[in-house]
Amino acid sequence: MSDLTNLTVAQIRDGHRAGDFSAVEVAEAFNANVAGAKVLNAFIVETPDHAIAAAKQADADRAAGTLKPLSGVPIGMKDLFATHGVQTTAASHMLEGFVPRYESTVSQKLWDAGCGMLGKLNLDQFAMGSSNETSYFGNVISPWRRKDGGNAALAPGGSSGGSSAAIAARLCPAATGTDTGGSIRQPAAFTGISGIKPTYGRCSRWGIVAFASSLDQAGPMARDVRDCAILLETMAGFDPKDATSLDLPVPNWEAALSSDLKGKKVGIPKEYRLDGIDPDIDAMWDAGIAMLKDAGAEVVEISLPHTKYALPAYYIIAPAEASSNLARYDGVRYGLRDLPQGAGLQDMYAATRAEGFGPEVKRRIMIGTYVLSAGFYDAYYTQAQKVRTLIARDFNTAFESCDVILAPTAPSAAFGLGEKTADPLSMYLNDVFAVPASLAGLPAMSVPAALNREGLPLGLQIIGKAFDEQGVLNAGLAIEERAGFTARAEKWW
Amino acid sequence: MSEYRIKGETGEWEVVIGLEVHAQVTSNAKLFSGAATAFGAEPNTQVSLVDAAMPGMLPVPNRECIRQAVRTGMAIDAVINKWSRFDRKNYFYADLPQGYQISQLYHPLVGEGSLTIEADEKAGIPEAKRVGIERIHVEQDAGKLMHDQHPSMSYVDLNRSGVALMEIVSRPDMRSPAEAGAYVRKLRSILRYVGSCDGNMEEGSMRADVNVSVRRPGDEFGTRTETKNVNSVRFVMAVIESEAKRQIELIESGGTVVQETRLYDPDRNETRSMRSKEDAHDYRYFPDPDLLPLELDDAFLEECRASLPELPDAKRARYIAAGISAYNADVLTAEVEAARWFDALLEAGAKPVAAANWVTSELFGALNRLGKDISESPVSPVQAAELLGLVADGTISGTIAKQVFEKMLETGDGAAAIVEREGLKQTSDTGAIEAEIARVLAANADKVEQYKAGKEALFGFFVGQTMKAMQGKANPQVVNELLRKALGRA
Amino acid sequence: MAIDQDTVRKIASLARIAISDAEAAAMEGELNGILGWVEQLAEVDVTGVEPMTAVIPNKLRLRDDVVDADPLTGGNRRDDILANAPAPQHGFFGVPKVIE
Ligand SMILES: [Mg+2]
Ligand SMILES: [Zn+2]
Repeated sequence: MSDLTNLTVAQIRDGHRAGDFSAVEVAEAFNANVAGAKVLNAFIVETPDHAIAAAKQADADRAAGTLKPLSGVPIGMKDLFATHGVQTTAASHMLEGFVPRYESTVSQKLWDAGCGMLGKLNLDQFAMGSSNETSYFGNVISPWRRKDGGNAALAPGGSSGGSSAAIAARLCPAATGTDTGGSIRQPAAFTGISGIKPTYGRCSRWGIVAFASSLDQAGPMARDVRDCAILLETMAGFDPKDATSLDLPVPNWEAALSSDLKGKKVGIPKEYRLDGIDPDIDAMWDAGIAMLKDAGAEVVEISLPHTKYALPAYYIIAPAEASSNLARYDGVRYGLRDLPQGAGLQDMYAATRAEGFGPEVKRRIMIGTYVLSAGFYDAYYTQAQKVRTLIARDFNTAFESCDVILAPTAPSAAFGLGEKTADPLSMYLNDVFAVPASLAGLPAMSVPAALNREGLPLGLQIIGKAFDEQGVLNAGLAIEERAGFTARAEKWW
Repeated sequence: MSEYRIKGETGEWEVVIGLEVHAQVTSNAKLFSGAATAFGAEPNTQVSLVDAAMPGMLPVPNRECIRQAVRTGMAIDAVINKWSRFDRKNYFYADLPQGYQISQLYHPLVGEGSLTIEADEKAGIPEAKRVGIERIHVEQDAGKLMHDQHPSMSYVDLNRSGVALMEIVSRPDMRSPAEAGAYVRKLRSILRYVGSCDGNMEEGSMRADVNVSVRRPGDEFGTRTETKNVNSVRFVMAVIESEAKRQIELIESGGTVVQETRLYDPDRNETRSMRSKEDAHDYRYFPDPDLLPLELDDAFLEECRASLPELPDAKRARYIAAGISAYNADVLTAEVEAARWFDALLEAGAKPVAAANWVTSELFGALNRLGKDISESPVSPVQAAELLGLVADGTISGTIAKQVFEKMLETGDGAAAIVEREGLKQTSDTGAIEAEIARVLAANADKVEQYKAGKEALFGFFVGQTMKAMQGKANPQVVNELLRKALGRA
Repeated sequence: MAIDQDTVRKIASLARIAISDAEAAAMEGELNGILGWVEQLAEVDVTGVEPMTAVIPNKLRLRDDVVDADPLTGGNRRDDILANAPAPQHGFFGVPKVIE
């Protein structure tokens, strides 16, 4: 039997259904890969027993003829999703040892669909970061390496860096991610995999540790577009426990996949042509344009005039929401408590939060606290929310003349660990192409499109109209079929 | 017009009062979670994952809480904002699990409205007065801290955490402790009519933040202080008195009032500063990103309006129009249970004026004696209507009615049955009455003389003597008529 | 609007994060860098523009007033609420004594 860990979600699902292999065999194969890849540090907690239990159930269900949509498929769970009885930390010291007595809506849907859990995946602390270097549990190392003879450890992207690294290294066929300002798309691009952030409200936020409520969206990360469609169908859906959840039926995205783009218009935003951008990125983008034309689409230039302001607006709105969302970590009801000798309540708060939050989290809480504070609220927060309205309007106008937008996912390939940590701003700028769609709540995905001259993967981003995940997936599929991206990280771990 | 003035060392002062009343919304479940709101449960049992602010928890608003706040707004003739939204008020405290309170600062659900406090000469309110209400917003209650269970720890109970409150913010329109007291009583009455708050101040269902400042009559407003969480009408009035006095003494001795939060100590009847425990608060309000704007449609508003009962002012006006005295109308409408009982009595056929007199004196007196609420009255409105009917149609006199009522309270029997059984029917038998009159006049010949000489007040004496001789069973009208005839003749 | 170390300390205190003088000094530079950069937003003409309220057109749904309809959002689960508490005390959360 060929290596089961090379199979996609669809292949595992269909092969298991056909009786080509047992779910337990699949789970064991992935568990073995997970156990053998500790050096990547992709998992905070490994849950081989959970994967095996679900696999046994899947095998029993097949025998009984009661298969579920994802029976036999083991996945990785970003450690931002609360999992019942399994430590949930958001990669923070603050929540080290926190074991929820509840299950997030999205993870529950996946278990109900028959998935098993291989473990809780590492991430940037509280999902704040673009390189996975802010995790309290150590950074994840990308399985990819530059073809320059050096062995520099590279960032798997962030915040869903454990997810991207684990999939790229075949530790799991798919994983959950969350995307607040690019945290699914950028790590997918960095590691040569696919990932989709659906329309804001498609996936319930209930039980996902909050970063920035008006931006946070869960989505799948996997090896190809079909797998993303399959997983998203399970993860999405109305949840009465989330007031921002969309009360819409979940389309049959997998069944409607089509790479025929005849009659479709693809918008190319001129403002995304940044001065001094990596020529490999530009070349990949041009190649992507050619691929979509080849798929039958008409290509039009569009303008998103406020693009430049998206990142600064994001770095007001997201920290503002985060400063409030993270106020609950106070050492009273769960998580870390640091109670210095003789300390009162307020001292306990300050000590606990100083101890429990990492530097990037503190930085964002400080920024958020400042921009909301008396006298500055309008100048920063209100202004940013107005700019956000303009950014959303830009997209609405653009979508009058196109169906999807094509752009690079990130302005660079994966950078080396430590290369950008000294200057927070340079790190923030890596999300320049990802953030606008987040601010507008639009569905967007990254698909691997090329290798750069260093042999590192680059991703193309497709942004769609609100609710049009299908259009995004279809354009993604058209690129996937034409890019023929089959490169994978050579095993060194 | 007698205006409330405080005499200081240097002259007269006027006190300016505004109240922020927190009223617990009557609902089964909390504002943003499905946990129960019932009072007095075991600690932390009525707490959901949402109320405890577990990671990843989200608020979903309870329709009933919104509905009750809208109905309350309608009851004070306020603007209902069809577009409102929830904001977060950020601060750290052990009774605030989220690290913020979900409230409404920028766009409250209910806008400008008002209520009217009635004239009350005795209390120093010479005429009815309209008090403006700036807004009502909906927000979460906090949990509770207990300090005396452990030597070095406080205990946190989150049962109240997330219970819906309406914050009802008045304009600074009140000018005396009496007006403030009347305002709170009237507001409480309206809330209880509407059914949006049980008004139970002992259980904390209603509490007031009392804003007080003083000024020379006619001057600009002075600097105000806010005394938090005052939980009875009496204390509200006491806070105003003591705080106004403190401020006047402070100003007159050369000091200045600082805008600050204070706490009332009922044992010492004084307020004290809370500044020591709160650092410069900067609440960093911003719209709650977990919640979308709250948009209400016409159908929702119409249902709210249609479900409103007759309110105290309308009821009072109706009673007065029916001939009931303003005083009795006030007494009957103050408490919703009494008003409903009285309406049921009218419904059962009782005549308004007699019924009002009887309820406010006989019924309330009896309930008072028995230590019972009107909801526990041993005599039902229908039974009372029967009793009053017997008086109205002359079957029994008012005096006998009192006896019958006592028997009703004792036995639970109907009035007619008691009258029948005890032979209390009053007589209009002119022969019997004339016979008694003759005996009374004969026995009091001297008084008859005086009466004839012009001392007409003695007429009442003859009526009384005759009624006594008839054991109260004579029809007083007939007695009057026959006595007049007899004395005219005699 | 450059911020100084006193402001940094004030923000840290508002956010309840204890910071050392060295941290305050380091943060002063970082925060000024970030704030200086976001201030370019001021150049955007936002005349007549409403701040974003709902990114995807959607109306706030209201819940029915039913107690414990869903155990995930209902009460009566004290053990779960207290399961991760640093200092549970007879059904309460224990905190250092608060003097009011
Ligand atoms: Mg107040
Ligand atoms: Zn309030």
